[in-house]
Amino acid sequence: MKRVYVNEEWCLGCHLCEYNCAFANSGEADMAVALKGKPLYPRIHIEEGDKICYAVSCRHCTDPLCVKSCIAAALQINDGVITVDQSRCVGCLTCVLVCPFGALAPNENGVMQKCELCLQNTCGAPACVQGCPNRAIVYEERSAAE
Amino acid sequence: MKPYVILGNGVAAAHCIEGIRSVDKETPITVVSAETHPVYCRPLISYYLEGRTEPARMNYRPEDFYAKNNCTVLYGRTATAMDAAQKTVALDDGGVLPYTALCVATGSSPFVPPTEGLDSVEQKFTFLTLDDAIALKQAATGKSRVLIVGAGLIGLKCAEGLRPLVKEITVCDLADRVLSSILDNDCAARMQARLEQNGVRFLLSDTAVRYEKNTALMKSGKQVDFDLLVLAVGVRANTTLIKNCGGKTERGILVDDRMQTSLPDVYAAGDCTQGMDASIGQQRVLAILPNASLQGHCAGINMAGGDAVFSNAIPMNAIGFFGLHALSAGSDCGGEVYEETDERHLKRLFSKDNRLTGYMLIGDVARAGIYTSLIREQTPLDTLDFERLKQSPTTTAFPQRERRHKFGGAV
Repeated sequence: MKRVYVNEEWCLGCHLCEYNCAFANSGEADMAVALKGKPLYPRIHIEEGDKICYAVSCRHCTDPLCVKSCIAAALQINDGVITVDQSRCVGCLTCVLVCPFGALAPNENGVMQKCELCLQNTCGAPACVQGCPNRAIVYEERSAAE
Repeated sequence: MKPYVILGNGVAAAHCIEGIRSVDKETPITVVSAETHPVYCRPLISYYLEGRTEPARMNYRPEDFYAKNNCTVLYGRTATAMDAAQKTVALDDGGVLPYTALCVATGSSPFVPPTEGLDSVEQKFTFLTLDDAIALKQAATGKSRVLIVGAGLIGLKCAEGLRPLVKEITVCDLADRVLSSILDNDCAARMQARLEQNGVRFLLSDTAVRYEKNTALMKSGKQVDFDLLVLAVGVRANTTLIKNCGGKTERGILVDDRMQTSLPDVYAAGDCTQGMDASIGQQRVLAILPNASLQGHCAGINMAGGDAVFSNAIPMNAIGFFGLHALSAGSDCGGEVYEETDERHLKRLFSKDNRLTGYMLIGDVARAGIYTSLIREQTPLDTLDFERLKQSPTTTAFPQRERRHKFGGAV
């Protein structure tokens, strides 16, 4: 299955992926309308450390702890893609408690949201990948890393 | 062909079914369900009270779940005895079920301490099942005064759920703080304050010693008048079947890391079990939903002849009241404590012998799962930048090799 991967040696830490993500999931046609003057709730975030930075979004684990732990069965696996049914989510944060990658966060209403690879929005393919200026973020099929 | 039999129809049972079917697609499965509902999200019953979900959205699996998995569910039935030598289970309607392998996923039952005058209380409830919640919601009105006995998670989630529906809520508990089995004094005080700000009244170090219809006479000498009484003192694992059959039980049914009990071909999963807590290296009851799913899945695979192990169970809780969240995992094993607190946030990291053994976060809980994973995986702290991790949970604290492993390929 194709997933989003980040090559940390190429990530510039520009945070554009966060903006593109929030825009792609906003349902708005205009980026300024979608984001200007509003707090950003992206489904990808830049992790910054000593001289390194890279974007982190859902890994779409093959055996996801978040799905197994969800008290509302809101987190589900659909053809390998982990999705959240927001109408079921009660915002208990159990998924935040268990995700080893820190890849889930609530939206402005306290309901969970997460990377769904832009398969559900009008973008159709990950917006973070399309907009990455240094092609640090890629969308491709990989086997397990060593 | 003798079926697999699962006693109980909760989250552990659902994952047990899926575990079995990941190995064996053929052999029929019989589920014995005391409750008359298909598997539902039990922790949602308090959210149902406050109207944030409804029974139709509380189903844990789709409608065709049992049919697709070749399961027969016996609703409204309970097992009364089992015979491990003959490999049969006796039911309350006189029926006898032979089994190939058995999973006991019977959960727990409310513990109701015998109290003088309890029979004189007309409107009394426990709060563990969907039917409990439906009955309570039907009884609650804008004029109701509610007394909840027990300030544990069940009592307090009930209080939160009932708050918008009723006139007043009093919670009493013999302990001197709320959530005494999960939180220490400071953390408990913060959660209590949030509940109090939202109109929940507390009588701690106090409990009802006698009831006279709609009045509770408290140990302190106080009197509490109420319309609805909720008994949420605690729960006990349902172990009787295994115990009466000679299987090993303590506070729960003892299971190994394959979820096998001391009886041949008998497995157990979920709140009725007592398994290893990897954060302290001792067996204890870990009645939390993630444990029920992971244990149920593991039991199912092994029942069907597969080989699964679940050996890193730890306590972990996401607790929230009126928008204030507390996330905790693992245990304070008496080692070092790193602490940061201010008015709105609290962070405590417990470490010992080069391992993170537990943590507690209130307020800012973002990415807490990174801490949880360090406990579950028992990652040696000298292999990463623990100073950075103390500031915030971040994967940049891992060495590059580890980051490549986590992010460079499918996981």
